[in-house]
Amino acid sequence: MQTIDMATTPLRDLNAALQAQAKQTNQTAWEIVNPKGAHAIAVGLDAPIEVTVKGSTGYYCAGMNKQATVKVTGSAGPGVAENMMSGTVIIEGDASQYAGATGRGGLLVIKGNASSRCGISMKGIDIVVHGSIGHMSAFMAQSGNLVVLGDAGDALGDSLYEARLFVRGAVKSLGADCVEKEMRPEHIAILQDLLTRAGADAKPEEFKRYGSARTLYNFHVDNASAY
Amino acid sequence: MCGIVGLFLKNEALRPELGGLLTDMLITMTDRGPDSAGIAIYGDADAGLKMTIQSDTPAETFAGLQGALEAEIGQPVEIRVVDTHAILTLPEGSGPAVSAYMAERGIRVMGTGESMEIFKEVGLPKDVAARFGLRQMAGSHGIGHTRMATESAVTTLGAHPFSTGADQCLVHNGSLSNHNQMRRILTQKGFAPKTQNDTEVAACYISSRLAEGANLGEALEGTLTDLDGFFTFVVGTKNGFGVVRDPVACKPAVMAETDDYVAFGSEYRALANLPGIETARVWEPEPATVYFWER
Repeated sequence: MQTIDMATTPLRDLNAALQAQAKQTNQTAWEIVNPKGAHAIAVGLDAPIEVTVKGSTGYYCAGMNKQATVKVTGSAGPGVAENMMSGTVIIEGDASQYAGATGRGGLLVIKGNASSRCGISMKGIDIVVHGSIGHMSAFMAQSGNLVVLGDAGDALGDSLYEARLFVRGAVKSLGADCVEKEMRPEHIAILQDLLTRAGADAKPEEFKRYGSARTLYNFHVDNASAY
Repeated sequence: MCGIVGLFLKNEALRPELGGLLTDMLITMTDRGPDSAGIAIYGDADAGLKMTIQSDTPAETFAGLQGALEAEIGQPVEIRVVDTHAILTLPEGSGPAVSAYMAERGIRVMGTGESMEIFKEVGLPKDVAARFGLRQMAGSHGIGHTRMATESAVTTLGAHPFSTGADQCLVHNGSLSNHNQMRRILTQKGFAPKTQNDTEVAACYISSRLAEGANLGEALEGTLTDLDGFFTFVVGTKNGFGVVRDPVACKPAVMAETDDYVAFGSEYRALANLPGIETARVWEPEPATVYFWER
Protein backbone atom coordinates (compact mmCIF):
# COMPACT_ATOMS: atom_id res chain seq x y z
CA MET A 1 0.00 0.00 0.00
CA GLN A 2 1.37 3.38 -1.05
CA THR A 3 0.12 6.38 0.93
CA ILE A 4 0.33 9.91 -0.42
CA ASP A 5 -0.37 12.82 1.91
CA MET A 6 -1.72 15.83 0.06
CA ALA A 7 -0.75 18.05 2.98
CA THR A 8 2.88 17.49 1.93
CA THR A 9 2.72 16.27 -1.70
CA PRO A 10 1.78 18.69 -4.50
CA LEU A 11 -1.21 17.63 -6.65
CA ARG A 12 0.89 17.38 -9.82
CA ASP A 13 3.35 15.01 -8.13
CA LEU A 14 0.47 12.88 -6.86
CA ASN A 15 -1.13 12.61 -10.30
CA ALA A 16 2.23 12.03 -12.01
CA ALA A 17 2.95 9.11 -9.65
CA LEU A 18 -0.47 7.55 -10.30
CA GLN A 19 -0.32 8.14 -14.05
CA ALA A 20 3.15 6.52 -14.23
CA GLN A 21 1.83 3.13 -13.09
CA ALA A 22 2.18 0.54 -15.85
CA LYS A 23 -0.43 -2.07 -16.66
CA GLN A 24 1.65 -4.75 -14.93
CA THR A 25 2.45 -2.70 -11.82
CA ASN A 26 2.89 -4.43 -8.49
CA GLN A 27 1.89 -1.24 -6.70
CA THR A 28 -1.83 -1.78 -7.02
CA ALA A 29 -3.11 -0.20 -3.81
CA TRP A 30 -2.86 3.54 -3.19
CA GLU A 31 -4.25 5.68 -0.44
CA ILE A 32 -4.55 9.47 -0.64
CA VAL A 33 -4.99 11.36 2.62
CA ASN A 34 -5.86 15.00 3.35
CA PRO A 35 -7.62 15.73 0.04
CA LYS A 36 -9.59 18.60 1.69
CA GLY A 37 -11.65 19.29 -1.41
CA ALA A 38 -8.70 19.71 -3.79
CA HIS A 39 -9.41 19.72 -7.52
CA ALA A 40 -8.45 17.10 -10.14
CA ILE A 41 -7.35 14.32 -7.77
CA ALA A 42 -6.42 11.02 -9.48
CA VAL A 43 -7.18 12.16 -13.02
CA GLY A 44 -6.03 10.54 -16.26
CA LEU A 45 -5.18 7.17 -14.73
CA ASP A 46 -4.53 4.27 -17.10
CA ALA A 47 -3.62 1.17 -15.07
CA PRO A 48 -5.60 -1.42 -13.08
CA ILE A 49 -4.76 0.12 -9.72
CA GLU A 50 -6.99 0.81 -6.72
CA VAL A 51 -6.91 4.33 -5.33
CA THR A 52 -8.75 5.25 -2.14
CA VAL A 53 -9.17 8.94 -1.38
CA LYS A 54 -9.74 9.36 2.36
CA GLY A 55 -12.00 12.39 2.59
CA SER A 56 -13.86 14.70 0.21
CA THR A 57 -12.71 15.92 -3.19
CA GLY A 58 -13.29 19.07 -5.25
CA TYR A 59 -13.84 19.53 -8.98
CA TYR A 60 -13.09 16.75 -11.50
CA CYS A 61 -11.90 13.89 -9.30
CA ALA A 62 -11.06 10.74 -11.33
CA GLY A 63 -11.65 12.50 -14.64
CA MET A 64 -10.77 10.60 -17.82
CA ASN A 65 -10.25 7.41 -15.80
CA LYS A 66 -9.19 4.23 -17.62
CA GLN A 67 -8.96 0.84 -15.91
CA ALA A 68 -8.39 2.15 -12.38
CA THR A 69 -10.74 1.82 -9.43
CA VAL A 70 -11.01 5.13 -7.58
CA LYS A 71 -12.92 5.25 -4.30
CA VAL A 72 -13.73 8.46 -2.42
CA THR A 73 -14.69 7.90 1.22
CA GLY A 74 -16.31 11.36 1.52
CA SER A 75 -18.23 13.41 -1.03
CA ALA A 76 -17.14 14.54 -4.49
CA GLY A 77 -17.32 18.01 -6.02
CA PRO A 78 -18.54 18.93 -9.50
CA GLY A 79 -17.62 16.79 -12.51
CA VAL A 80 -16.52 13.60 -10.77
CA ALA A 81 -15.44 10.89 -13.25
CA GLU A 82 -16.00 13.30 -16.12
CA ASN A 83 -15.27 11.61 -19.44
CA MET A 84 -14.41 8.29 -17.80
CA MET A 85 -13.37 5.66 -20.36
CA SER A 86 -13.31 2.48 -18.27
CA GLY A 87 -12.71 1.29 -14.72
CA THR A 88 -14.78 2.03 -11.63
CA VAL A 89 -15.32 5.15 -9.52
CA ILE A 90 -17.13 4.81 -6.19
CA ILE A 91 -18.27 7.79 -4.10
CA GLU A 92 -19.31 6.86 -0.58
CA GLY A 93 -20.96 10.23 0.06
CA ASP A 94 -22.76 12.64 -2.27
CA ALA A 95 -21.67 13.92 -5.68
CA SER A 96 -22.10 17.49 -6.88
CA GLN A 97 -23.15 18.70 -10.33
CA TYR A 98 -22.55 16.81 -13.59
CA ALA A 99 -21.22 13.57 -12.14
CA GLY A 100 -20.09 11.24 -14.91
CA ALA A 101 -20.59 13.88 -17.59
CA THR A 102 -19.66 12.77 -21.13
CA GLY A 103 -18.41 9.40 -19.77
CA ARG A 104 -17.70 6.83 -22.45
CA GLY A 105 -17.37 3.67 -20.35
CA GLY A 106 -16.78 2.20 -16.93
CA LEU A 107 -18.99 2.26 -13.84
CA LEU A 108 -19.64 5.24 -11.56
CA VAL A 109 -21.32 4.38 -8.25
CA ILE A 110 -22.59 7.16 -5.99
CA LYS A 111 -23.71 5.81 -2.60
CA GLY A 112 -25.36 9.11 -1.58
CA ASN A 113 -27.20 11.63 -3.75
CA ALA A 114 -26.04 13.26 -6.96
CA SER A 115 -27.09 16.83 -7.71
CA SER A 116 -28.05 18.46 -11.00
CA ARG A 117 -26.99 17.34 -14.47
CA CYS A 118 -25.88 13.85 -13.42
CA GLY A 119 -24.78 11.93 -16.53
CA ILE A 120 -25.15 14.92 -18.85
CA SER A 121 -24.12 13.91 -22.37
CA MET A 122 -23.11 10.41 -21.21
CA LYS A 123 -21.78 8.32 -24.06
CA GLY A 124 -21.57 4.77 -22.74
CA ILE A 125 -20.78 5.07 -19.04
CA ASP A 126 -22.93 3.24 -16.49
CA ILE A 127 -23.95 5.31 -13.46
CA VAL A 128 -25.67 3.90 -10.37
CA VAL A 129 -26.89 6.40 -7.77
CA HIS A 130 -28.09 4.86 -4.51
CA GLY A 131 -29.85 8.10 -3.52
CA SER A 132 -31.59 10.72 -5.66
CA ILE A 133 -30.47 12.92 -8.55
CA GLY A 134 -31.10 16.59 -9.32
CA HIS A 135 -32.59 18.44 -12.28
CA MET A 136 -31.55 18.14 -15.93
CA SER A 137 -29.91 14.76 -15.38
CA ALA A 138 -28.99 12.72 -18.47
CA PHE A 139 -29.47 15.81 -20.65
CA MET A 140 -28.56 14.80 -24.23
CA ALA A 141 -27.38 11.41 -22.96
CA GLN A 142 -26.31 9.30 -25.90
CA SER A 143 -25.66 5.79 -24.60
CA GLY A 144 -25.02 3.88 -21.40
CA ASN A 145 -27.25 3.34 -18.36
CA LEU A 146 -28.25 5.68 -15.55
CA VAL A 147 -29.76 3.86 -12.55
CA VAL A 148 -31.34 5.82 -9.69
CA LEU A 149 -32.62 4.09 -6.56
CA GLY A 150 -34.19 7.31 -5.24
CA ASP A 151 -35.97 10.12 -7.06
CA ALA A 152 -35.10 12.22 -10.11
CA GLY A 153 -35.47 16.00 -10.36
CA ASP A 154 -36.98 18.14 -13.10
CA ALA A 155 -36.47 17.54 -16.82
CA LEU A 156 -34.98 14.06 -16.63
CA GLY A 157 -33.48 12.94 -19.95
CA ASP A 158 -34.16 16.13 -21.88
CA SER A 159 -33.21 15.76 -25.57
CA LEU A 160 -32.19 12.18 -24.88
CA TYR A 161 -30.58 9.95 -27.50
CA GLU A 162 -30.10 6.22 -26.80
CA ALA A 163 -29.13 6.05 -23.12
CA ARG A 164 -31.35 3.97 -20.80
CA LEU A 165 -32.62 5.58 -17.61
CA PHE A 166 -33.90 3.42 -14.73
CA VAL A 167 -35.54 5.19 -11.78
CA ARG A 168 -37.06 3.45 -8.76
CA GLY A 169 -38.57 6.52 -7.08
CA ALA A 170 -40.53 9.51 -8.34
CA VAL A 171 -39.56 11.54 -11.38
CA LYS A 172 -40.44 15.19 -10.87
CA SER A 173 -40.75 15.78 -14.61
CA LEU A 174 -39.48 14.35 -17.87
CA GLY A 175 -37.55 16.53 -20.29
CA ALA A 176 -38.37 17.04 -23.96
CA ASP A 177 -38.59 13.77 -25.91
CA CYS A 178 -38.05 11.56 -22.84
CA VAL A 179 -40.79 8.98 -22.22
CA GLU A 180 -41.47 6.02 -19.99
CA LYS A 181 -40.86 2.74 -21.76
CA GLU A 182 -41.77 -0.86 -21.22
CA MET A 183 -39.39 -2.93 -19.07
CA ARG A 184 -38.54 -6.02 -21.11
CA PRO A 185 -36.55 -9.07 -19.94
CA GLU A 186 -33.32 -7.74 -21.48
CA HIS A 187 -33.68 -4.55 -19.46
CA ILE A 188 -34.26 -6.52 -16.26
CA ALA A 189 -31.05 -8.43 -17.00
CA ILE A 190 -29.01 -5.27 -17.64
CA LEU A 191 -30.39 -3.65 -14.51
CA GLN A 192 -29.81 -6.72 -12.32
CA ASP A 193 -26.18 -6.85 -13.43
CA LEU A 194 -25.64 -3.14 -12.68
CA LEU A 195 -27.35 -3.31 -9.28
CA THR A 196 -25.21 -6.29 -8.31
CA ARG A 197 -21.98 -4.64 -9.45
CA ALA A 198 -22.90 -1.45 -7.62
CA GLY A 199 -23.73 -3.27 -4.39
CA ALA A 200 -27.26 -1.90 -4.47
CA ASP A 201 -29.99 -3.60 -2.47
CA ALA A 202 -32.89 -3.24 -4.89
CA LYS A 203 -34.94 -5.42 -7.22
CA PRO A 204 -34.99 -4.60 -10.95
CA GLU A 205 -38.75 -5.03 -11.02
CA GLU A 206 -39.15 -1.99 -8.75
CA PHE A 207 -37.77 0.36 -11.42
CA LYS A 208 -39.31 2.16 -14.35
CA ARG A 209 -37.42 2.61 -17.59
CA TYR A 210 -37.26 5.90 -19.47
CA GLY A 211 -35.81 6.51 -22.89
CA SER A 212 -35.96 8.64 -25.99
CA ALA A 213 -39.20 8.94 -27.95
CA ARG A 214 -36.86 9.55 -30.92
CA THR A 215 -38.98 12.39 -32.26
CA LEU A 216 -36.44 15.13 -31.65
CA TYR A 217 -33.34 13.90 -33.41
CA ASN A 218 -34.85 12.54 -36.61
CA PHE A 219 -35.49 15.05 -39.34
CA HIS A 220 -39.18 15.66 -39.94
CA VAL A 221 -40.13 17.73 -42.92
CA ASP A 222 -43.12 19.06 -40.98
CA ASN A 223 -40.69 20.65 -38.53
CA ALA A 224 -38.43 22.18 -41.17
CA SER A 225 -39.33 25.72 -40.20
CA ALA A 226 -38.28 25.04 -36.60
CA TYR A 227 -34.70 24.03 -37.47
CA MET B 1 -16.46 32.87 -11.18
CA CYS B 2 -16.21 34.46 -7.66
CA GLY B 3 -15.92 32.77 -4.30
CA ILE B 4 -18.27 33.11 -1.34
CA VAL B 5 -17.73 32.17 2.27
CA GLY B 6 -20.01 32.66 5.22
CA LEU B 7 -20.09 31.66 8.86
CA PHE B 8 -23.00 32.02 11.27
CA LEU B 9 -22.08 31.02 14.81
CA LYS B 10 -24.47 29.16 17.06
CA ASN B 11 -21.91 28.73 19.83
CA GLU B 12 -21.08 32.06 21.52
CA ALA B 13 -17.70 30.70 22.65
CA LEU B 14 -16.46 30.78 19.04
CA ARG B 15 -17.05 34.55 18.65
CA PRO B 16 -13.40 35.53 19.20
CA GLU B 17 -12.38 33.09 16.45
CA LEU B 18 -14.82 34.31 13.79
CA GLY B 19 -12.32 36.56 12.00
CA GLY B 20 -9.64 33.89 11.94
CA LEU B 21 -11.96 31.19 10.61
CA LEU B 22 -13.42 33.49 7.94
CA THR B 23 -9.99 34.72 6.87
CA ASP B 24 -8.78 31.17 6.22
CA MET B 25 -11.98 30.39 4.32
CA LEU B 26 -11.62 33.57 2.25
CA ILE B 27 -7.99 32.94 1.29
CA THR B 28 -8.88 29.38 0.19
CA MET B 29 -11.23 30.93 -2.38
CA THR B 30 -8.50 33.14 -3.92
CA ASP B 31 -8.38 31.28 -7.23
CA ARG B 32 -12.13 31.79 -7.69
CA GLY B 33 -11.71 35.55 -7.34
CA PRO B 34 -8.30 37.21 -7.21
CA ASP B 35 -9.49 40.72 -8.27
CA SER B 36 -10.77 41.99 -4.99
CA ALA B 37 -12.06 40.77 -1.66
CA GLY B 38 -14.40 41.92 1.03
CA ILE B 39 -16.01 40.92 4.26
CA ALA B 40 -19.00 42.00 6.32
CA ILE B 41 -18.67 41.15 9.96
CA TYR B 42 -21.33 41.42 12.64
CA GLY B 43 -19.74 42.25 15.98
CA ASP B 44 -21.04 43.58 19.25
CA ALA B 45 -23.74 46.19 18.93
CA ASP B 46 -22.33 49.28 20.65
CA ALA B 47 -24.48 52.15 21.78
CA GLY B 48 -25.19 54.28 18.74
CA LEU B 49 -24.88 53.76 15.03
CA LYS B 50 -21.86 52.29 13.24
CA MET B 51 -20.94 53.67 9.84
CA THR B 52 -18.13 52.22 7.72
CA ILE B 53 -16.58 54.79 5.37
CA GLN B 54 -13.82 54.47 2.80
CA SER B 55 -11.38 56.83 1.12
CA ASP B 56 -8.60 56.33 -1.42
CA THR B 57 -6.66 59.03 0.46
CA PRO B 58 -7.30 57.99 4.06
CA ALA B 59 -4.46 59.99 5.66
CA GLU B 60 -5.83 63.33 4.47
CA THR B 61 -9.51 62.43 4.52
CA PHE B 62 -9.68 60.94 8.00
CA ALA B 63 -7.37 63.51 9.67
CA GLY B 64 -9.57 65.97 11.51
CA LEU B 65 -12.75 64.22 10.41
CA GLN B 66 -13.84 63.47 13.99
CA GLY B 67 -13.72 67.13 15.04
CA ALA B 68 -15.36 68.31 11.84
CA LEU B 69 -18.21 65.83 12.24
CA GLU B 70 -18.75 66.72 15.90
CA ALA B 71 -18.97 70.38 14.90
CA GLU B 72 -21.41 69.45 12.14
CA ILE B 73 -23.85 67.46 14.26
CA GLY B 74 -23.10 68.96 17.67
CA GLN B 75 -22.61 65.63 19.40
CA PRO B 76 -19.62 63.37 20.16
CA VAL B 77 -18.40 61.00 17.44
CA GLU B 78 -15.85 58.20 17.64
CA ILE B 79 -13.62 57.16 14.77
CA ARG B 80 -11.46 54.06 14.32
CA VAL B 81 -9.31 54.12 11.19
CA VAL B 82 -8.56 50.72 9.60
CA ASP B 83 -6.35 51.19 6.51
CA THR B 84 -8.55 52.80 3.80
CA HIS B 85 -11.67 52.37 5.91
CA ALA B 86 -12.85 54.01 9.10
CA ILE B 87 -15.58 52.95 11.49
CA LEU B 88 -17.55 55.87 12.89
CA THR B 89 -19.68 55.47 16.00
CA LEU B 90 -22.43 58.05 15.77
CA PRO B 91 -25.34 59.15 17.94
CA GLU B 92 -28.70 57.55 17.15
CA GLY B 93 -30.57 59.35 14.42
CA SER B 94 -27.56 61.14 12.96
CA GLY B 95 -27.16 58.69 10.06
CA PRO B 96 -28.84 60.73 7.31
CA ALA B 97 -27.02 63.96 8.24
CA VAL B 98 -23.64 62.19 8.34
CA SER B 99 -24.34 60.35 5.07
CA ALA B 100 -25.09 63.72 3.43
CA TYR B 101 -21.89 65.16 4.90
CA MET B 102 -19.88 62.26 3.39
CA ALA B 103 -21.60 62.56 0.01
CA GLU B 104 -20.74 66.26 -0.22
CA ARG B 105 -17.07 65.44 0.35
CA GLY B 106 -16.87 62.37 -1.87
CA ILE B 107 -16.24 59.99 1.05
CA ARG B 108 -17.77 56.59 0.36
CA VAL B 109 -20.19 55.07 2.84
CA MET B 110 -19.78 51.28 2.70
CA GLY B 111 -22.53 50.47 5.17
CA THR B 112 -24.30 51.42 8.35
CA GLY B 113 -25.91 49.51 11.17
CA GLU B 114 -25.81 48.65 14.82
CA SER B 115 -23.35 45.78 14.53
CA MET B 116 -22.15 45.41 10.92
CA GLU B 117 -18.77 46.59 9.63
CA ILE B 118 -17.76 46.20 5.98
CA PHE B 119 -14.24 46.07 4.59
CA LYS B 120 -13.50 45.62 0.89
CA GLU B 121 -10.69 46.52 -1.45
CA VAL B 122 -9.07 45.61 -4.73
CA GLY B 123 -6.27 43.04 -4.39
CA LEU B 124 -5.59 39.44 -3.46
CA PRO B 125 -7.74 38.16 -0.58
CA LYS B 126 -4.70 37.50 1.63
CA ASP B 127 -3.49 41.08 1.14
CA VAL B 128 -6.93 42.57 1.72
CA ALA B 129 -7.36 40.44 4.86
CA ALA B 130 -3.95 41.55 6.19
CA ARG B 131 -4.60 45.25 5.49
CA PHE B 132 -7.77 45.21 7.54
CA GLY B 133 -6.61 42.79 10.23
CA LEU B 134 -9.61 40.54 9.50
CA ARG B 135 -8.01 37.67 11.39
CA GLN B 136 -8.30 39.55 14.70
CA MET B 137 -11.98 40.44 14.31
CA ALA B 138 -14.64 38.89 16.54
CA GLY B 139 -18.35 38.60 15.99
CA SER B 140 -21.47 36.50 15.68
CA HIS B 141 -21.52 36.03 11.90
CA GLY B 142 -19.76 37.20 8.80
CA ILE B 143 -19.81 36.92 5.01
CA GLY B 144 -16.84 37.17 2.68
CA HIS B 145 -16.37 37.34 -1.08
CA THR B 146 -13.52 36.97 -3.55
CA ARG B 147 -14.31 38.63 -6.85
CA MET B 148 -13.63 37.78 -10.48
CA ALA B 149 -15.35 40.71 -12.17
CA THR B 150 -17.76 40.22 -15.05
CA GLU B 151 -20.47 42.88 -15.05
CA SER B 152 -18.62 45.98 -13.86
CA ALA B 153 -15.10 47.32 -13.34
CA VAL B 154 -12.58 46.14 -10.76
CA THR B 155 -12.93 48.92 -8.21
CA THR B 156 -13.42 49.19 -4.47
CA LEU B 157 -17.09 50.01 -4.94
CA GLY B 158 -17.51 47.09 -7.34
CA ALA B 159 -16.24 44.64 -4.72
CA HIS B 160 -18.64 42.71 -2.52
CA PRO B 161 -20.32 42.67 0.02
CA PHE B 162 -22.87 45.33 -0.92
CA SER B 163 -24.81 46.98 1.84
CA THR B 164 -27.93 48.92 0.92
CA GLY B 165 -29.79 48.88 4.23
CA ALA B 166 -28.94 49.06 7.92
CA ASP B 167 -27.03 45.93 8.99
CA GLN B 168 -27.83 44.31 5.62
CA CYS B 169 -25.27 42.88 3.25
CA LEU B 170 -25.28 40.67 0.18
CA VAL B 171 -22.64 38.81 -1.82
CA HIS B 172 -23.18 37.17 -5.19
CA ASN B 173 -21.65 34.60 -7.47
CA GLY B 174 -23.11 34.88 -10.95
CA SER B 175 -24.46 37.60 -13.20
CA LEU B 176 -27.90 39.16 -13.51
CA SER B 177 -29.48 39.87 -16.87
CA ASN B 178 -32.39 42.14 -15.88
CA HIS B 179 -30.47 44.48 -13.59
CA ASN B 180 -31.00 47.58 -15.72
CA GLN B 181 -34.76 47.20 -15.67
CA MET B 182 -34.71 46.37 -11.96
CA ARG B 183 -32.45 49.38 -11.29
CA ARG B 184 -35.12 51.67 -12.78
CA ILE B 185 -37.89 50.05 -10.73
CA LEU B 186 -35.87 50.27 -7.51
CA THR B 187 -34.86 53.87 -8.20
CA GLN B 188 -38.53 54.80 -8.47
CA LYS B 189 -39.15 53.11 -5.15
CA GLY B 190 -36.34 55.13 -3.54
CA PHE B 191 -33.76 52.34 -3.42
CA ALA B 192 -31.39 53.65 -6.08
CA PRO B 193 -28.16 51.68 -6.50
CA LYS B 194 -25.01 53.81 -6.38
CA THR B 195 -23.01 51.86 -8.94
CA GLN B 196 -23.52 50.14 -12.30
CA ASN B 197 -22.91 46.77 -10.65
CA ASP B 198 -25.56 44.06 -11.06
CA THR B 199 -25.06 42.68 -7.55
CA GLU B 200 -25.84 46.01 -5.94
CA VAL B 201 -29.23 45.87 -7.66
CA ALA B 202 -29.91 42.55 -5.93
CA ALA B 203 -28.88 44.07 -2.59
CA CYS B 204 -31.22 47.01 -3.17
CA TYR B 205 -33.99 44.60 -4.11
CA ILE B 206 -33.61 42.72 -0.79
CA SER B 207 -33.48 46.02 1.12
CA SER B 208 -36.64 47.23 -0.60
CA ARG B 209 -38.49 44.03 0.25
CA LEU B 210 -37.36 44.12 3.88
CA ALA B 211 -38.43 47.77 4.09
CA GLU B 212 -41.85 46.76 2.76
CA GLY B 213 -42.24 44.35 5.66
CA ALA B 214 -41.01 41.04 4.25
CA ASN B 215 -38.85 38.84 6.44
CA LEU B 216 -35.49 37.65 5.17
CA GLY B 217 -36.93 34.40 3.85
CA GLU B 218 -39.69 36.18 1.92
CA ALA B 219 -37.23 38.69 0.47
CA LEU B 220 -34.97 35.87 -0.72
CA GLU B 221 -37.95 34.02 -2.15
CA GLY B 222 -38.74 37.12 -4.20
CA THR B 223 -35.37 37.00 -5.97
CA LEU B 224 -36.49 33.78 -7.66
CA THR B 225 -39.32 35.51 -9.49
CA ASP B 226 -38.08 39.09 -9.83
CA LEU B 227 -34.40 38.64 -10.71
CA ASP B 228 -33.26 36.97 -13.91
CA GLY B 229 -29.83 35.47 -14.37
CA PHE B 230 -27.33 33.29 -12.59
CA PHE B 231 -27.00 33.70 -8.88
CA THR B 232 -25.98 32.20 -5.66
CA PHE B 233 -26.66 34.88 -3.02
CA VAL B 234 -25.56 34.87 0.59
CA VAL B 235 -27.19 37.56 2.69
CA GLY B 236 -26.55 38.85 6.20
CA THR B 237 -28.77 40.85 8.52
CA LYS B 238 -28.24 41.87 12.13
CA ASN B 239 -29.65 38.57 13.38
CA GLY B 240 -29.83 36.46 10.26
CA PHE B 241 -27.98 34.64 7.54
CA GLY B 242 -29.59 33.47 4.30
CA VAL B 243 -28.75 31.58 1.11
CA VAL B 244 -30.57 31.21 -2.21
CA ARG B 245 -29.56 29.80 -5.61
CA ASP B 246 -31.30 30.38 -8.94
CA PRO B 247 -33.34 27.48 -10.39
CA VAL B 248 -30.61 26.42 -12.82
CA ALA B 249 -28.04 26.40 -10.00
CA CYS B 250 -24.86 26.44 -12.10
CA LYS B 251 -22.99 28.41 -9.47
CA PRO B 252 -21.57 26.06 -6.88
CA ALA B 253 -22.50 26.03 -3.21
CA VAL B 254 -21.78 23.80 -0.24
CA MET B 255 -23.11 24.18 3.27
CA ALA B 256 -22.15 22.62 6.58
CA GLU B 257 -23.93 22.67 9.91
CA THR B 258 -22.84 21.56 13.37
CA ASP B 259 -24.07 22.43 16.86
CA ASP B 260 -21.55 25.30 16.76
CA TYR B 261 -22.14 26.95 13.37
CA VAL B 262 -23.71 27.11 9.93
CA ALA B 263 -21.10 27.59 7.20
CA PHE B 264 -21.28 28.37 3.50
CA GLY B 265 -18.58 27.91 0.86
CA SER B 266 -18.52 28.06 -2.92
CA GLU B 267 -16.53 24.87 -2.63
CA TYR B 268 -15.91 22.28 0.07
CA ARG B 269 -12.27 23.44 0.16
CA ALA B 270 -13.42 26.58 1.98
CA LEU B 271 -14.98 24.48 4.74
CA ALA B 272 -12.34 21.74 4.97
CA ASN B 273 -10.48 23.23 7.95
CA LEU B 274 -13.45 24.27 10.09
CA PRO B 275 -13.56 22.68 13.55
CA GLY B 276 -15.69 19.53 13.59
CA ILE B 277 -16.18 19.45 9.81
CA GLU B 278 -15.53 15.69 9.79
CA THR B 279 -18.80 15.08 11.61
CA ALA B 280 -20.75 18.08 10.28
CA ARG B 281 -23.86 17.70 8.13
CA VAL B 282 -22.55 18.77 4.72
CA TRP B 283 -24.93 19.33 1.82
CA GLU B 284 -25.43 21.18 -1.43
CA PRO B 285 -28.27 23.72 -1.16
CA GLU B 286 -31.12 22.86 -3.53
CA PRO B 287 -31.88 25.09 -6.53
CA ALA B 288 -34.62 27.71 -6.07
CA THR B 289 -34.79 26.96 -2.35
CA VAL B 290 -34.38 29.55 0.39
CA TYR B 291 -32.33 28.72 3.46
CA PHE B 292 -32.12 31.14 6.33
CA TRP B 293 -31.20 31.16 9.97
CA GLU B 294 -32.15 33.83 12.47
CA ARG B 295 -31.29 34.12 16.12
